[in-house]
Amino acid sequence: MSPESKSPSSEDVVAPLISDGDFSALLEDWKACMRATIAHDGPWALVGVKRRGSILARRIWREFSSDFPDLAFGEVDVSLYRDDYHLQLSQPRLLGTEIEFNVDACRILLIDDVLYTGRTIRAALDLILDFGRPRAVQLAVLVDRGHRELPIASDFTGRVIETDVDDRVRVRVQEMDGEDSVNLIKS
Amino acid sequence: MTEWTRKHLLGLADLSPEEILFILETAEGFKEVSKRSVKKVPALRGRVVMNLFFEVSTRTRISFELAGARLSADVLHFTGSSSSTKKGESLTDTARNIEAMGTDIFVVRHSAAGAPHQIARAVNACVVNAGDGAHEHPTQGLLDIFTIKNNRGSLEGMNVAIVGDISHSRVARSNIWGLKKLGAKVWVVGPPTLAPSSFEKLGVNVCHNLDDILPEIDCFNMLRIQLERQDTGLFPSLREYSRLFGLNGKRMKRVKRDCLVLHPGPINRGVELTPDVADGPQSVILNQVTNGLAIRMAVLYLISGAAKSGTAQAI
Repeated sequence: MSPESKSPSSEDVVAPLISDGDFSALLEDWKACMRATIAHDGPWALVGVKRRGSILARRIWREFSSDFPDLAFGEVDVSLYRDDYHLQLSQPRLLGTEIEFNVDACRILLIDDVLYTGRTIRAALDLILDFGRPRAVQLAVLVDRGHRELPIASDFTGRVIETDVDDRVRVRVQEMDGEDSVNLIKS
Repeated sequence: MTEWTRKHLLGLADLSPEEILFILETAEGFKEVSKRSVKKVPALRGRVVMNLFFEVSTRTRISFELAGARLSADVLHFTGSSSSTKKGESLTDTARNIEAMGTDIFVVRHSAAGAPHQIARAVNACVVNAGDGAHEHPTQGLLDIFTIKNNRGSLEGMNVAIVGDISHSRVARSNIWGLKKLGAKVWVVGPPTLAPSSFEKLGVNVCHNLDDILPEIDCFNMLRIQLERQDTGLFPSLREYSRLFGLNGKRMKRVKRDCLVLHPGPINRGVELTPDVADGPQSVILNQVTNGLAIRMAVLYLISGAAKSGTAQAI
């Protein structure tokens, strides 16, 4: 479900796709689409998928809060909702889920860094539905790398990238990795 | 530590400090599940947890049943007193027969020390020790430590007093192992008949006068005095025990203001604790119960994950 979590070996080729100025521009375009949507039909909540999805979501929420003071924020850890729990050789470390707002009244904008098979988002949807019945859930992803295995689609996509199944797409964020970038790792 | 590798949880004596902290960290991630409206996560969906309780229990049993249910497991309960063990069926046969019907995790409470270990050797399923004789009660030790850590941060250098019938207590033993591994300084307190000096071999201080150490202690864990023991000559009377070793309003005037008072339950009000202390500001007894659920969810989750990865552990 997250092959991106493996670190590259020495044979892998790391190709930077988006960095620095490009990343900022991408983020701004992405945010602009979201901003237009959350301006009406509220109340809205931004929910980030841990780890990097929620870091980006928090960044966006902080910026949007001045114009949208009622915008709620939550973070989800989908570890307990994975569909491959019975196959795994090791367990993911629990990161914790924080949803303090009332899901029943809300439209939720789910935010993640990379959309790949769609299984993480499926898990996040099941998690959110265990908290209540949102009015709607829309999906915003920074990068869509294709190869969907479930019928999941993004409403706000930063960039679509063509990848092979063996490739890994690694998004790095300032708060955790010291830089904002998107790299493609070919094995 | 990134991964849990043990298929069984039989005692805290076997665990490393990193393993103990890993369980606590995992438990932290489970706390919010009990606060939601749908108090379930699908992580153990379809798994079967069998509570094999050969000793009476309310708290621990309900706690494990709820923990399994919150993880979406099917939880079944076996009561020794109404089973074929009355017909002479052995412990190993009982476990193997139940496993043959499809059991993933056994949670075992038994009056004989080593019973969970014997079952673990006999079956392929995971085994959690829910109390074996006077030997260990690892999940109680873990939830006590978790409660202290939640309130105080680190246990390093903390002064913890375990007060009561230490010699017969599996809770005391598990606490001693866990607390020492995390760097706490431990006192066991009670009359010499219940807190023998042989416990010094475990690296704890043995004290027969609670008042001597009262102002130094950061955390009191008050163990239940079994009412049956008062007839065995180990102490003169419950009244004398409570006067010498009970926490009451008078003693609480001399303790650190921010000290914690724990009790594994059930409380004998007026014996180990007076009601004002049991319900007072230093008491974290109800937190212990809540934390117990998160700890047991964490343990069931972690060991069932290790079972799939097939890592064998010497028992």
